[in-house]
Amino acid sequence: MTIIDPTDAVPAPRPGDAEKTGPLLEVRDLHVEFKTREGVVRAVNGVNYSVNSGETLAVLGESGSGKSVTAQAIMGILDMPPASIPKGEIRFYGQDMLKMSAEERRKLRGARIAMIFQDALSSLNPVLSVGFQLGEMFRVHQGLSRKEAKAKAIELMDRVKIPAAAARVNDYPHQFSGGMRQRIMIAMALALEPDLIIADEPTTALDVTVQAQVMDLLAELQREYRMGLILITHDLGVVADVADKIAVMYAGRIVETAPVHELYKRPAHPYTRGLLDSIPRLDQKGRELYAIKGLPPNLLKVPSGCAFNPRCEKAQDICRTERPLLVPVTERDGTELPGRASACHFWKETIHG
Amino acid sequence: MAELTKADEPTDATPNVSEVDVADVHSEEEAVAALDAHVDRGEPILQVRNLVKHFPLTQGIVIKRQIGAVKAVDGISFDLYQGETLGIVGESGCGKSTVAKLLMNLEQATAGEIFYKGQDITKLSGKALKAVRRNIQMIFQDPYTSLNPRMTVGDIIGEPFDIHPEVAPKGDRRRKVQELLDVVGLNPEYINRYPHQFSGGQRQRIGIARGLALNPEVIICDEPVSALDVSVQAQVINLMEGLQDEFNLSYIFIAHDLSIVRHISDRVGVMYLGKMAEIGTDEQIYDHPTHPYTQALLSAVPVPDPDARDHRERIILTGDVPSPANPPSGCRFRTRCWKAQDKCAQEVPLLAVPERFKSSDSPAAHESACHFAEEKDVVHAG
Ligand SMILES: Nc1ncnc2c1ncn2[C@@H]1O[C@H](COP(=O)(O)OP(=O)(O)OP(=O)(O)O)[C@@H](O)[C@H]1O
Ligand SMILES: Nc1ncnc2c1ncn2[C@@H]1O[C@H](COP(=O)(O)OP(=O)(O)O)[C@@H](O)[C@H]1O
Ligand code: SF4
Ligand code: SF4
Ligand SMILES: [Mg+2]
Ligand SMILES: [Mg+2]
Repeated sequence: MTIIDPTDAVPAPRPGDAEKTGPLLEVRDLHVEFKTREGVVRAVNGVNYSVNSGETLAVLGESGSGKSVTAQAIMGILDMPPASIPKGEIRFYGQDMLKMSAEERRKLRGARIAMIFQDALSSLNPVLSVGFQLGEMFRVHQGLSRKEAKAKAIELMDRVKIPAAAARVNDYPHQFSGGMRQRIMIAMALALEPDLIIADEPTTALDVTVQAQVMDLLAELQREYRMGLILITHDLGVVADVADKIAVMYAGRIVETAPVHELYKRPAHPYTRGLLDSIPRLDQKGRELYAIKGLPPNLLKVPSGCAFNPRCEKAQDICRTERPLLVPVTERDGTELPGRASACHFWKETIHG
Repeated sequence: MAELTKADEPTDATPNVSEVDVADVHSEEEAVAALDAHVDRGEPILQVRNLVKHFPLTQGIVIKRQIGAVKAVDGISFDLYQGETLGIVGESGCGKSTVAKLLMNLEQATAGEIFYKGQDITKLSGKALKAVRRNIQMIFQDPYTSLNPRMTVGDIIGEPFDIHPEVAPKGDRRRKVQELLDVVGLNPEYINRYPHQFSGGQRQRIGIARGLALNPEVIICDEPVSALDVSVQAQVINLMEGLQDEFNLSYIFIAHDLSIVRHISDRVGVMYLGKMAEIGTDEQIYDHPTHPYTQALLSAVPVPDPDARDHRERIILTGDVPSPANPPSGCRFRTRCWKAQDKCAQEVPLLAVPERFKSSDSPAAHESACHFAEEKDVVHAG
């Protein structure tokens, strides 16, 4: 098992990046809405998170919580309209990408920021060979010849441990298994050695034994290339295995951030606590599982105040009227807890009991 | 042992399951009566013996030639006891859903028997088959596609009464459906709503209500919570456990989430490529697995506790699951097994309590289909 050690995560200096400091990527107060016939879907309502080089940020949330929409906004691949970004910043090495020209953003995509999608089969072109699609990255971005690009493609396939890469470079996507296709997606994302990879549920469609292979590979390559990684998932287990820090999303907002060990030990938000409590545990066998009551909210009418209030056991009057901000979480005596924040009026009671 | 070719693999891969007490019936009336018989808690209610399902692989459009077969289920035997939950786990394509469909009589078995209360249901027809169908019900994985979007919830839940009017006479149906809605925790006033007006978790409750309509004794659940959000899964699991106690149900619970399976199951069977690799109590399988595949599967599951990950040994398997149309000779797991030897390519390992553990009362003494079954310490989820 590859373990990512945050202590050796110093960003490797890249040519031309010397003057840039601070986090690799920082999302600030991002809002995304969709105009639909039923009304305005507020999919992202003020997301804040950041990731450094060599670091893995896991974004955890149930379906519909806005994880993918946030990722698409970062990649600049939202269809606008129906989507619009009324507010927010997405800073890459300090520069707000939302203020860049379409051309500038296109240059970043693939070369500096790459994305891996859940469903590899539908993101690969079925009528082009895998080698051609991998090579295309080099032909388009680096102007390599067909022959050179093919050699690079084979090298990459080797890198992601596809057996007999040279023999399979001309095969088509459907000729590979699900696990191998996901490796090819990883190879494609890695091709130009980007600074940041966003992986949206990269293993959700795979079997557990293959999922373990793929996550292992991703972690190994990330460490080797010292990339920043945003790993989007709904699986608490996957998060615990590979992430350095976690951002928990609910109804389009980050409700808690924390280093991975601390989140599991001492959650500071009732929603996080509820999720952790509803994992079946050995000592609970034969007993009722803890279950968060109610349902995730309808984004056409997000509850006022704290979006979690109709389902929260700790909710008070203030929760129905005042929206809790994401604030730093501290020890009882006020000592700072680095990287920790919670958007709950009663975070003190939640973390300190 | 003589060299075995794939053609003369023993189909009887499970020699030591208990004898089936075959019901002695001569007429249809006797058969129906036998199917209504009471089974004591802990006695076998369903007994599966050497069950096989091969799907023909054909070539050609006008004149179809069979060029092979997908061996989706290839010789499986197990018992389901009254009142218990038997979990079945395994990776995609290993044959779990096919087993479920065979038990439901939705697919015709290629070979083998399924005894329900001592009668082979693969050979029943007419009234007796209808009686079996009433007693064995199914809950499906996908709450989005398994409900007809044009039918009201009342019609969906009441539909089984059309085929089995004896359970609820016409005038009584509405009340019966409302009762069922109440049982699964939905508002009885929702009876005239349509499926799209409900969330995933609520739709799964509708599916469960429908499964309960005919007062079945056995419910086969194929991935009943996999499509649901984490926070809603626990609600549905709790509901299913409550209903089991209330109505004295026996469950076969198919899922890929190993910690949920452990939570709900009394016994667990692990499938690989159409065969049962290992079966035992939840403790035997999770804490004392002896089959290398089970060990790898358990160790591959991400542990939702970051402290545990630093202390565990993980087995990362290489390669993919082979095609069920062309499974490896001998042990099907041998192409990915780190312990494989020559014997594994030649002899099919039978599902049995390994010889070396036979006289011991250790939890390792349970059925495992491996020539070299032994315990291995792996930290794992659940
Ligand atoms: N009608 C069919 N015709 C041909 N092959 C089939 C058919 N139904 C299933 N199979 C094949 O049989 C094998 C077992 O399928 P099955 O659906 O039972 O798997 P499963 O264990 O339920 O998988 P999953 O976890 O993905 O649901 C697979 O290889 C599948 O492709
Ligand atoms: N093109 C679109 N038009 C309208 N609504 C959308 C669109 N894309 C996403 N949404 C909505 O935005 C919300 C967040 O979606 P998403 O980010 O995909 O969630 P997840 O956290 O599961 O990745 C959902 O309610 C979804 O239905
Ligand atoms: S703000 Fe109130 S409703 Fe929201 S999570 Fe905290 S206690 Fe619960
Ligand atoms: S029989 Fe051989 S190949 Fe099969 S699981 Fe056992 S050791 Fe591995
Ligand atoms: Mg998504
Ligand atoms: Mg299935």
